[in-house]
Amino acid sequence: MFPDNLRYTKDHEWVRVDGDTGTVGITDHAQEELGDIVYVDLPRVGAQLQQSVTLGSVESVKAVSEIYSPVTGEVTEVNQVLADAPEKLNEDPYGAGWLVKLKLGNPAEVQALMTAAAYQAYVGAEK
Amino acid sequence: MVDFGGWDMPVQYSGIIDEHQAVRTAVGLFDVSHMGEIEIRGPKAEALTDFVTTNAVRRLKIGQAHYSGLLYEHGGFVDDILVHKVADDHFFLCVNASNQEKDFEHIQAQNRFNAEVDFASERYAQIAVQGPQARATLQKLTPVELAGIKYYWFTDGTVSGVPARIAHTGYTGEDGFEVYVAPAEAVRIWNELMAAGEEFGIRPCGLGARNTLRLEAKMALYGHEIDATTSPFEAGLDWIVKLDKGVFVGRDALIAQKANGIRRQLAGFEMRGRGIARDGYEVFLDGAPAGWVTSGSPSPTLNKNIGLCYLPAEQAELGRTIHVMVRNQPVDAVTVETPFYKRAK
Repeated sequence: MFPDNLRYTKDHEWVRVDGDTGTVGITDHAQEELGDIVYVDLPRVGAQLQQSVTLGSVESVKAVSEIYSPVTGEVTEVNQVLADAPEKLNEDPYGAGWLVKLKLGNPAEVQALMTAAAYQAYVGAEK
Repeated sequence: MVDFGGWDMPVQYSGIIDEHQAVRTAVGLFDVSHMGEIEIRGPKAEALTDFVTTNAVRRLKIGQAHYSGLLYEHGGFVDDILVHKVADDHFFLCVNASNQEKDFEHIQAQNRFNAEVDFASERYAQIAVQGPQARATLQKLTPVELAGIKYYWFTDGTVSGVPARIAHTGYTGEDGFEVYVAPAEAVRIWNELMAAGEEFGIRPCGLGARNTLRLEAKMALYGHEIDATTSPFEAGLDWIVKLDKGVFVGRDALIAQKANGIRRQLAGFEMRGRGIARDGYEVFLDGAPAGWVTSGSPSPTLNKNIGLCYLPAEQAELGRTIHVMVRNQPVDAVTVETPFYKRAK
């Protein structure tokens, strides 16, 4: 379940690019591994994120997991729904469970991320 | 799957919350075969068992069990265990998987009575059937009248036609049974229990739900609330210590502790600010470090984020505001009464 229009990281985040905006989330594989997600900690609008640096964290009943930003950019929007409904991350990781939107700081970074096919192979190999 | 004391064990099957709710409202099944068993036999079995544990073994009747502590001389825990009195000359101890070798060596080292101490873990698999429908589920597989086994009593009978020790015990805060059987029979009995519980919505449960369930019930987990450095008094387990029963290992240290007072005390808390306390997080009182979280988690039953922590004893009173350091940010919490969850009887 890895949509073709997204790019993926080894830490199981995805980014979708629309113009100079990148929408970021975690993959279906990540939500499944985490189990019931009960808490999401996200940055504020205006925060400057660096590629591969901590963006926030998600917590399942059992554990805390860091989320790393797949790309560099400034946060323009945060998914407020997740504060009260973190389970959206389990239910719809590529839709209602998106985390933040960024104004891309370095669009070239995206090309270096994995395609859906590459990520599929990566997840398959990890198991 | 995670490695748990050398055992490959699932953290979850259908999901921690789903499994947790199944145990609170219906029935759940736990494969706890990793737990260790030690048997003490012979004319001096009672003397040795009483000497190495904190609870009053001499007050147990045949067929009765109790929770107890195995202590070092200095009053810290070797382990927390269940003691079952099988016969006047036979005691059956259920111990933690990761402590079993240490427990066995400790008991042997204290065996001035020449009782027979037998490391029996390979002979027993253990399945816990827990939840309000646990009895109805297990009853389908046994001729033993389960309603006749009082809480913390046990019976040797049969389950699915093979010998089984059926104990009315558990680690979930819910009603239920723990069944000890020969390992060769365990898979078959597991499958038959799953089938027997199907009408109730039975769920197989992993380590994740086992932890959230026991935390809500404020049951200690070795390595978290208790270890070699904590005493039963600090952990709020005064009720398993019978200082008046006579000599036992650790008694002198506990008497001294009682006289001098304890330095720290286990306290339950609820998060008030946004954030989940986790094991090992620091706790601050009035801006200064004062203790640490021993267990912390979302509580699926209460829909709150709860935890247990050690605080300086004189400051562990109920209703006190504390701060849990969550990723270097202090988050408000308040000490509350425990257990967090108590089942309706």
